[in-house]
Amino acid sequence: MASSNRPLSPHLQVYRPQITSVVSIIHRICGVSLMFGTVLFTYWLTSAGYGPAAFERAQAVMGSWLGQLIMFGFTFALYYHTANGLRHMAWDLGLGFEMTAVNKTGMMVVAFSLIMTGLTWYVALSGSGGL
Amino acid sequence: MDMRSHLGRARGPGSTDNGVEHWISERFSAIALAPLSLWFIYSALGFAGADYATFQAWQSQPGNVILMILFLLAMFQHGQLGLTVVFEDYIQPVWLKNISVAIVKYTALLFCVACIFSVLRVAFTA
Repeated sequence: MASSNRPLSPHLQVYRPQITSVVSIIHRICGVSLMFGTVLFTYWLTSAGYGPAAFERAQAVMGSWLGQLIMFGFTFALYYHTANGLRHMAWDLGLGFEMTAVNKTGMMVVAFSLIMTGLTWYVALSGSGGL
Repeated sequence: MDMRSHLGRARGPGSTDNGVEHWISERFSAIALAPLSLWFIYSALGFAGADYATFQAWQSQPGNVILMILFLLAMFQHGQLGLTVVFEDYIQPVWLKNISVAIVKYTALLFCVACIFSVLRVAFTA
């Protein structure tokens, strides 16, 4: 193999954390977490497919303190990955590449996700949800 | 026209020629997921802790069935594409990388089909 002795580029640990890199790493962590979340999501939805007893058991699992804690994490991850995904879309269109813009939009993503997660859970826990 | 010599092509694997398709599919599923995710969070607020009848009443409305199936398709497509990239980045042994990617793709397919079946069953037994 021609590629066996090629040097690896410097990895994460040699760099000081910056807004750009931290926001990017959280994006990936949230994405992977959400994909693990689909396992739980599938459990919940297929329980509904099995009928009332299975569904209400799944609802109880989701409503337990551990279930709610995990849902809280997924809520944040979903808002974050969506918001930062839109940021990536803007870059795909060639927009917002200046360092000031990149740092500003990165902080906006973090702020948006925290605020929306808080709002969502305020609505959820106060029992005034939609539909 | 391929400018590389035969030897150069044989030695270096080079492009797999399917990167663009992956990239485009990731973007399109992302565009679909942005509004669908917000719709799902809003909807989930309504059936958090609800009994089966409440969920079934919601899940059997045609609009909700259609949006839920679209959400599932976009979600599993986007998720398996993303996790494939992560595995390709971090798993070094080629055989383990390929097996992991295959497991992710087929598990996503299995979960997606199971979820769609459940949505339809809930909707059509209402």
